[in-house]
Amino acid sequence: MATLQGYVDHRVLLILQDGRAIVGVMAGYDQKSNVVLSDSKERVYSVEEGVEEIPLGLYLVKGDQIVLIGELDEALDQSVDLSTIRAEPIPPIHY
Amino acid sequence: MLIFSVFKTLTDQKVTVELKNDLSITGVLKSVDQFLNIRLDKIEVFDEARHPHMMAVKNCFIRGSVVRYVQLPAEHVDTQLLEDATRREAAAQNKR
Repeated sequence: MATLQGYVDHRVLLILQDGRAIVGVMAGYDQKSNVVLSDSKERVYSVEEGVEEIPLGLYLVKGDQIVLIGELDEALDQSVDLSTIRAEPIPPIHY
Repeated sequence: MLIFSVFKTLTDQKVTVELKNDLSITGVLKSVDQFLNIRLDKIEVFDEARHPHMMAVKNCFIRGSVVRYVQLPAEHVDTQLLEDATRREAAAQNKR
């Protein structure tokens, strides 16, 4: 069973269907993969400037909007200077 | 249900998952569930220079509904067995 149990209380990266990337600590989830993130921030990627982090606080993301949930290696994530990263945003889902 | 079983036999194998947002992720298949949600370990994103978003991500959960393709290791799929199982399932469905 591919559950989300191992991610609770871990810092995770959520990629959503519209291409947004949100990082936060997974506070909880349910069987529909709805997810509650605490201390969350949206990471806005662009080619012109570095990554911008927008604080969102406590966030509930509906399961059907989620593409991917990745566990962040916190040490590695903190060692990256986001302001130096230039990249195109993740494309939205198209069916 | 058949494909769910096929995926279960492929746990701990290296697979590549292509998503509907054109991201391709290679990793070790850790688990699958009834929705074909996939857990991957030791992931690598295809064309990392273009997609640095997941640099610090080592394992992930992919929602089944956003998967376009899964590339399977051919040597670990018994196509003969799969063919037989498909026929059996079709026969069972026709009986109903």
